[in-house]
Amino acid sequence: MKKKEKRAGRQAFGLKLSTRIWRHREYYLFLLPAVVYVAIFCYAPMYGLQIAFKDYKVSLGVSGSPWVGMRNFTDFFRGYYFRNLIRNTLVLSLYSLIVGFPVPIFVALILNELKPKFKKVTQTVLYAPHFISTVVIIGMITIFFSPSMGVVNTLLNGLGMDSIYFMGNPKYFRHLYVWSGVWQGMGWGAIIYLAALAGVDPGLHEAAAIDGASRMKRIFHINIPCIMPTIIIMLILQVGRIASVGYEKVYLMQNELNMEVAEVISTYVYKRGLINNNYSFSTAVGLFNNVVNVILVLIANQISKKCSDTSLF
Amino acid sequence: MKRKRISLFDVLTHMLGAVLLAMVLYPLILIVSCSVSDPQLVATGQVLLFPKGITFDGYRQILKNKDILIGYGNTIFYTVVGTLINLAVTVPAGYALTKRTLPGGKIFMAFFMFIMYFSGGLIPSFLVVKGLGLYNTRWVLLILGAYNTYNCIICRTFFDAMPRELEEAAVIDGCSVMGTFFRVVLPLSKALMGVMVLYFAVGHWNAYFDALIYIKDDGMQPLQVFLRRILILAQQQANMEEAAEYAQSLANLEALIRYAVIVVSSLPLLIAYPFLQKYFDQGVMIGSVKG
Repeated sequence: MKKKEKRAGRQAFGLKLSTRIWRHREYYLFLLPAVVYVAIFCYAPMYGLQIAFKDYKVSLGVSGSPWVGMRNFTDFFRGYYFRNLIRNTLVLSLYSLIVGFPVPIFVALILNELKPKFKKVTQTVLYAPHFISTVVIIGMITIFFSPSMGVVNTLLNGLGMDSIYFMGNPKYFRHLYVWSGVWQGMGWGAIIYLAALAGVDPGLHEAAAIDGASRMKRIFHINIPCIMPTIIIMLILQVGRIASVGYEKVYLMQNELNMEVAEVISTYVYKRGLINNNYSFSTAVGLFNNVVNVILVLIANQISKKCSDTSLF
Repeated sequence: MKRKRISLFDVLTHMLGAVLLAMVLYPLILIVSCSVSDPQLVATGQVLLFPKGITFDGYRQILKNKDILIGYGNTIFYTVVGTLINLAVTVPAGYALTKRTLPGGKIFMAFFMFIMYFSGGLIPSFLVVKGLGLYNTRWVLLILGAYNTYNCIICRTFFDAMPRELEEAAVIDGCSVMGTFFRVVLPLSKALMGVMVLYFAVGHWNAYFDALIYIKDDGMQPLQVFLRRILILAQQQANMEEAAEYAQSLANLEALIRYAVIVVSSLPLLIAYPFLQKYFDQGVMIGSVKG
């Protein structure tokens, strides 16, 4: 029935599919570079994922190497590092989520209440750390928290305390990672909420003000409910990333002394794969991580769909 | 003249704003101050806010450092050429995806969205790059990330919000699709292009991991790789040594160069972004979150 209607609609236009495609040929040309890039650099590697189930030998190539079934995965699950890696990854990302998620919302709510000029200056400054490279951020941490000349230890000494070698002490690794992330991301992360706040109907505020609601009350009863859909979308995205801690920053913060808490799945994949040349094993670990991520996104999306009508897909 | 009463609420929010401002600003100011201070005073922790014993030796030292100069030149090359490639690949795709009549449009969209959630991962990507003969060439840093779904969706959202009549008028006047895009649509998209240039350029300027994986020769390394050596690896080594010896070893120009190099490497972006701020504030990205 539906198909018939569709065909009828097309006949009404008097255009065959091939004609319609021909008419849009220039648009396909626009898509071509992106499609070629994605096919080569995103989809072709997915074909290479099969080496996770193989014993990859460079001489035999991806398709020529012998299958070994789930051996790489069981090696990983039974391996010495498995529990430690999972724990480090989850703790680091949960800590980042719990601290890093609310802060930009808080920053946006504050910025929204500032006088225009002061707001603009504060915004500009708060965005600045986003533009500083990870290498420089970690370099700054290394300098500021260094045991002999760092400003933090200078302050501690001033208070009569002994110097602490922060970067070399596993106790401080997570705090440094998470809070430097907050410092770097709180301004940039607030943009999306500021945009949502700009879309709040001023009529609501006027009506509430006439009814005698204080500005504090209006934040809780107008601003926060109005940006709730944005908050939920951002939360789904973040929850979907719980099992993935990127290697870029963690790798830079690692040293021999903090490895017991600083080794996460992604850095392990890098080291086992590209430094130890253990291609198949490393691919299996990466694939496991990737699948867990996809499942988490789907679950988070489903829960949010049920509870709030807001979802990604 | 009418004066508004300043409420307690205003005082509170502005104080909180000032605290945030100070938290972000202090480390940045400290770095700049240390970069122009006497290294002896910096090493003994006497520079806490303003510079003391002003000297520009750190910056002079940078001009003598071959690695930093090579890295800087490479980074400028990767950023300029890489960003141009990014724009050429991503922006037209975003425009094509606004055409609802495009046969297969939904399939293309799914094709692009899927890679946001699933990827081949590090090793398979590495094998593809190697197989194409791009390993240890400049091309790899220019091409990787040429297309970006997130930015493509921002483009699509922006083009979608443009009045259709503009394009229709151009077509009626005999403009081809190409002509419409280049002569009508792009000239009206300065805000979008500004934001895209910024996003892509920041990505290229600050990237280090791809270079770590794919580039072997020092002559091709971008600035960030040299920065990692100067700022992090050297410092780690120093921290392992005896404290006294360590303080001694840092109380020289080597220490100064660290601050100076942070300033020199971060400055271009920190100067550029405020000019584009009004665009990323004004919701070029609104709606882009939800695909």
